[in-house]
Amino acid sequence: MPDGTDIVYRYDGSYQGFLCCVAESCNEKKMPQAIQLLDEPQGSLFPLRAIETRPGLATQVERSITERVSPEVKDMVRRGFLTCMEEKELNLLRFILLGYRYGAQVIGLSTNDVVHRLDKALLYLKNEAHYSLEFLRFAECGGFLAAMLTPNNWVLPLIVGHFCERLNTENFLIYDKNHGMGFVHRTGARERGEFFYAEALELPEPTEEEERYQELWRRFYDTIAVEGRINPKLRRGNMPMRYWENMTEFQR
Amino acid sequence: MDIFEKLEILTDAAKYDVACTSSGVDRPGVKGKLGSAAKAGICHSFAADGRCISLLKVLMSNDCAFDCTYCVNRRSNECSRASFTPQELCELTMEFYRRNYIEGLFLSSAVVRNPDYTCELMLRALKMLREDRGFWGYVHVKAIPGANPRLTEQLGMYADRMSVNIELPSQQSLKLLAPQKSKEKILAPMTQIRDGIRQNSKEIVKYKAAPRFVPAGQSTQMIIGATPESDRQILALTEGLYKIYSLKRVFFSAYMPVVEDRALPALTTPPPLLREHRLYQADWLLRFYGFTAGEILDEKNPDFNPFLDPKCNWAVNHLEQFPVEVNTAPYEMLLRVPGIGVKSAKRIRSARRQCRLDFDGLKKLGVVLKRARFFILCGGKSISPLPMDNPAVIAGAISERSPAQRDLDTPEQLSLFGPQKEASVKSLTKGEVPGIEGDGFLSP
Repeated sequence: MPDGTDIVYRYDGSYQGFLCCVAESCNEKKMPQAIQLLDEPQGSLFPLRAIETRPGLATQVERSITERVSPEVKDMVRRGFLTCMEEKELNLLRFILLGYRYGAQVIGLSTNDVVHRLDKALLYLKNEAHYSLEFLRFAECGGFLAAMLTPNNWVLPLIVGHFCERLNTENFLIYDKNHGMGFVHRTGARERGEFFYAEALELPEPTEEEERYQELWRRFYDTIAVEGRINPKLRRGNMPMRYWENMTEFQR
Repeated sequence: MDIFEKLEILTDAAKYDVACTSSGVDRPGVKGKLGSAAKAGICHSFAADGRCISLLKVLMSNDCAFDCTYCVNRRSNECSRASFTPQELCELTMEFYRRNYIEGLFLSSAVVRNPDYTCELMLRALKMLREDRGFWGYVHVKAIPGANPRLTEQLGMYADRMSVNIELPSQQSLKLLAPQKSKEKILAPMTQIRDGIRQNSKEIVKYKAAPRFVPAGQSTQMIIGATPESDRQILALTEGLYKIYSLKRVFFSAYMPVVEDRALPALTTPPPLLREHRLYQADWLLRFYGFTAGEILDEKNPDFNPFLDPKCNWAVNHLEQFPVEVNTAPYEMLLRVPGIGVKSAKRIRSARRQCRLDFDGLKKLGVVLKRARFFILCGGKSISPLPMDNPAVIAGAISERSPAQRDLDTPEQLSLFGPQKEASVKSLTKGEVPGIEGDGFLSP
């Protein structure tokens, strides 16, 4: 395990950039104090080092994780990068180093602090992705379906596959408001679809027909509840309120 | 009548059928068709009563020729009658589906004219949905008791899950409240579906592209609290249904008094929600925890304990089996510890291969130590704050509700047949339950 140092890495925020930080730490045999984004506004008392993103190096690092530790661990690191864990880069770095030390067994060390923290973050990511999949609502915008998301984690990469498969006959767009990231799928296109980045996105006003279906859904939603069993607490427990803002049934 | 009104009437009429899942089959999407299915099921929303909404749950028609006493659609009840056309049903299903409101369609129906005619109406709609519109999502269809087996078979070819409602937990009750749906008429399609699924599995082994018959399996539902069967009888029936008909799920629906009749509990009877909750807990124990119905309830204890869930209740009454050492106990015994669920037990099993577990580690793995601490040892040590010789003391410590707390909850009668004395509360139906050898009901 590298010694702790008084140095702070800064990188461009991409996954490849992060892997280059890992390479730097391993090469220098030193553990940074923190890993921050290049445009981090807060100054630091510690000396800064900007880490350059080199795709070739990133691929090398990823391959070394797959071979020296295991493909599952590489997967965990990839997904870990999508989480909103505090100090995620540092925690992932510690996890990778643990992996180099213990090999593929590291996954089973669920009571180890580092592994446990990552497990919890991944569970949060998995659950949020599942909720996003369930509670996402499309609206017909004249030729394509559009949906908005406001997740805490970067769930978009984990859910697009499901919709590409299910809605392969449709053109659709999903936009993550919190992270300024979106995905577009065109039916019949050779490519599965593509991601894009945008600060904000404005959708056209819903058509009359779209309004009609939204009303029908609201009517169904209101009617299906059994009056003698109204239970707001149970509903909130199963369907956290922060998802409601993007759901048709709660837009009145 | 416009589609809004029809939707409201036919949703309102279908909502007492509590089968709510879209689970059981993994069906990847197919290019050119709209839809796919996920084995674990997907819950798209939750209604104001807290229940999952995953399918468009409607009746084809609520114009019923039968007269089952407890049902809001019964022939002799005054209410608006409506029917969907196949086009309307397809339109609703497809448009809701592509907006990600639903996983698919749940189609039931009142008996229009006769069972065969009803099946034909449903078949027309499903055929249009699957073949003309190319719908590849989930379809759950109800079999109609009394219909020609050939029609039931055809329905099964368009559906993922098929179910027939047992309705009531005993033959006598059925005869009393739904005389037109006899036990034979209900069990015949259940047998047919079971055999059809078995036959289909063999065909698929031989010929991979054989058309699928009810790939997500069969389920059923019974109404709890309209009739005087004990919890033990209901649980034994449930166990039998799983064994004999290979059902995927048995659903329990707390009786909601919507109709007035001499044979039914009064309109003011509150629905037995706690009892329904206990039954679902017991159902989980049967399916995932390796319990048998006889272990959960027996002749001496025919009804559930309102203060303890069935697993805790069993543990407290079998203290001789505890404490178990988490580092060495077999998986089956870990499952029996209150506070350790299936996920925690699996995590314990895999974590203990790598290292010795302590209480701190157990907490990280998600074990509810507040309950489990009375029943486990970790490396020979215990952190139980109480001596383990008195079941009543342990029961009090792990109970989720106390008699005082009960009064603060929304009013919930524990007995159908009379007010309870505070001090003697032990079971949910006390004393005055008449035998089921049909002498009718005690009015409360």
